[in-house]
Amino acid sequence: MPILELQQSSPLFSNYALDQAFDEMFTSNGIPREHYEILYKRLLELPADELQKRQFDADATFMNQGITFTVYHDSASTERIFPYDLLPRIIQAKEWECIEVGLKQRVTALNLFLKDIYHEGRVFKDNIIPRELVYSCKAYRREMRGISIPRDCYIPIVGTDLIRDGDGEYRVLEDNLRVPSGVSYMLSNRQVIKRVFPRIFQNYNIRPIDQYGQALHATLHSLAPKGVDNPTIVLLTPGVYNSAYFEHTFLARQMGIELVESRDLLVHNNVVYMRTTSGLKRVHVIYRRVDDDFIDPLVFRPDSMLGVPGIFNSYRAGNVTLANALGTGVADDKAVYAYVPKLIKYFLDEEPIIPNVETFLCENKKEQKYVLENIKDLVVKAVGEAGGYGMLIGPHSTKEEQEKFKELIKSNPRNYIAQPTLQLSKAPCFINGEVDSRHIDLRPYILFGEKITIMPGGLTRVALKKGSLVVNSSQGGGSKDTWVLDK
Amino acid sequence: MSTLSRVADSLYWMSRYLERAEHIARLVDVNLHGMIDQHQVDSEERLNYLLGTIEATIEIDSEASSLEYEIMRISTFDRANLNSIYSCIAAARENARHVREQISTEMWMQINRLYLFMKNVNLDKLWKQQPHEFYVQIKEGIMLFQGITDSTMSHSEGWHFIYVGRFMERTYAISRLVDRHLSRFTNWKVNPQREVEMTEYMDWATLLKSCTAFEAYCRTFEVKLTPQQIVGYLLLDGEFPHSIRFSLETMKKALNVISELTETKKFGYINRLVGKAVAQLDYSTEEEIIENPQNVIELIRAQCESIHDAVYTTFISYPIESVD
Repeated sequence: MPILELQQSSPLFSNYALDQAFDEMFTSNGIPREHYEILYKRLLELPADELQKRQFDADATFMNQGITFTVYHDSASTERIFPYDLLPRIIQAKEWECIEVGLKQRVTALNLFLKDIYHEGRVFKDNIIPRELVYSCKAYRREMRGISIPRDCYIPIVGTDLIRDGDGEYRVLEDNLRVPSGVSYMLSNRQVIKRVFPRIFQNYNIRPIDQYGQALHATLHSLAPKGVDNPTIVLLTPGVYNSAYFEHTFLARQMGIELVESRDLLVHNNVVYMRTTSGLKRVHVIYRRVDDDFIDPLVFRPDSMLGVPGIFNSYRAGNVTLANALGTGVADDKAVYAYVPKLIKYFLDEEPIIPNVETFLCENKKEQKYVLENIKDLVVKAVGEAGGYGMLIGPHSTKEEQEKFKELIKSNPRNYIAQPTLQLSKAPCFINGEVDSRHIDLRPYILFGEKITIMPGGLTRVALKKGSLVVNSSQGGGSKDTWVLDK
Repeated sequence: MSTLSRVADSLYWMSRYLERAEHIARLVDVNLHGMIDQHQVDSEERLNYLLGTIEATIEIDSEASSLEYEIMRISTFDRANLNSIYSCIAAARENARHVREQISTEMWMQINRLYLFMKNVNLDKLWKQQPHEFYVQIKEGIMLFQGITDSTMSHSEGWHFIYVGRFMERTYAISRLVDRHLSRFTNWKVNPQREVEMTEYMDWATLLKSCTAFEAYCRTFEVKLTPQQIVGYLLLDGEFPHSIRFSLETMKKALNVISELTETKKFGYINRLVGKAVAQLDYSTEEEIIENPQNVIELIRAQCESIHDAVYTTFISYPIESVD
């Protein structure tokens, strides 16, 4: 592994190594890429303890502001800050342009797909995707069949996970179409970095993301039930014990809307109301951060305490809009994922602009055989899981783990897919007093109402453990600010 | 924009818990200071009195090496004692967390900072250093929060609920304090108009200081401490913010605004309750009060409970049938 050649200029970079992963900051010859030059030069000027000091400042800001998340299976400490890396990730204007067009294409197709499977089902008749595959998704909601929703918009809020492979090409790793989270970290990271690196920030021409709250509000506003010009919009949270509670409060405040819990809402004559000090008040649009399963105990899980009894009937009657719609998880199922390129072609008659990661469906006999034989080189994922749980990273696993997964695959093939182990690109991070590289991904946020709006940036998640490929916050991941440069 | 019932509830309790924490901090500080001058004999009694006054939910450890240490441990740090300063600040912060988006970021940061500060203090270390400084920091931390609240939060309904909570708690705290004091030092009954003896001076001064009232009292009456004037001052003074009359009056104003903003029809009832409580003090004299002060205090406490209940059935947990 070649160690950087420019290291002599600063001890900060003395252990920075390049490997087969695509490095965001340096070319394979160890020369900083053009768009990273200003940052690189500035880092060389800064003493290491100065960076350390700024890191402390940033951490203290997060802690004092209570920008924390909760870890469920950790009894010792339930509130933690989401680890924050000082060094921004930088994306060039033309690179971003391509991402933007690609994401628009993808969400448009996915939305058409959702409308189709809950109405005519042309994709099944035309043999684009097997009916059983869709109907066997845990997230498929039979109850949504034939229901019309405002603007036919199923997925107003989307967060798509992108990675870069060894050649630096962007690929979609996952679509998050249910209740994608993390956008508050994107916005908070930006606030913090402006304070920590004001000069570097000024020297770059960075596209702002502060308008997110307004854009989200406009999107929700555009989805009001028919005939309602001035809708009351609320954000429904599972409550203070939810790991993303900070984000819920943050977004409610950014939009100036009420943050409600299920006990604040009630349904009377198919209309949703909230309980206020001056009596009941009608609610029209609900940005819900409660999963499908829990939203209405009368229709879905009867033991749910987080939902509102009767809300589904009100939804079906068109008296209230839920964003995202129910049953959207079917389109981000990891097995359905493999069909997305075909869906794009079918619905839009276009080639996919951002490719998928190659995916093997264990349900398919031939592909399953390949997976079982090559499990040590592959990443195996359970289709219904998220957050980095229920997965096997072949090259980082033991023989026993591999055997265990082989059995799991054989006993329930529909539940598993496999993908080649991708390197994920690496970016410089400030760790233990020096700059070292770590694997990252990118989650841009897409809003889809009257029009599609994509925030220039997103959440860059970092696998803080050296060599790790898991970026999820529940498993030792952190984040960094993402700068999209203006032309 | 109307306020969610749950939000009003949380703001009310956030405010009550903070007021309680401030009250305990002042009480402990003043009493620890008082103990320096007094004999060990008094101390145990004082400890029991103090813990009774804050309604501590925990017993003292009779083996403890120092009573002062025990006072600090139980009143300030014990997490099992629901009325310790720690528990109150943690509860206030938890309530604030439930309405994170309703209060300003500045408010949240201050209450969070206060909580983190409290969490990181080590009792043994503090014991060896300067407890007084620490209690000052707690009090100031809470006052800072109140100042931030007044200058960064819109003075609409939620803000008024914060005021109702603060002054409801204050009324309870002062009434309990005076009540306990009168039961503990029964000498006042002999002749309430007399100036207190030198041996009693510290106790009555401590009572005033526990309500930050010593200086204000002296400015009104000069340093002539008489039981009648002291009790009268703490109950009836219309201008001093830690008197019961002032607290009830402030609560009344806040509830009036809330009723205007919510246009509730049931307000007549609360209005009558709180108006009656205030009027009773408005038209009483020191002489009347001192005839049986503890009855008056009991009545005030009962009235506060009714007001609290009425606030709940009107604004917070009303049945659906009661809405038009």
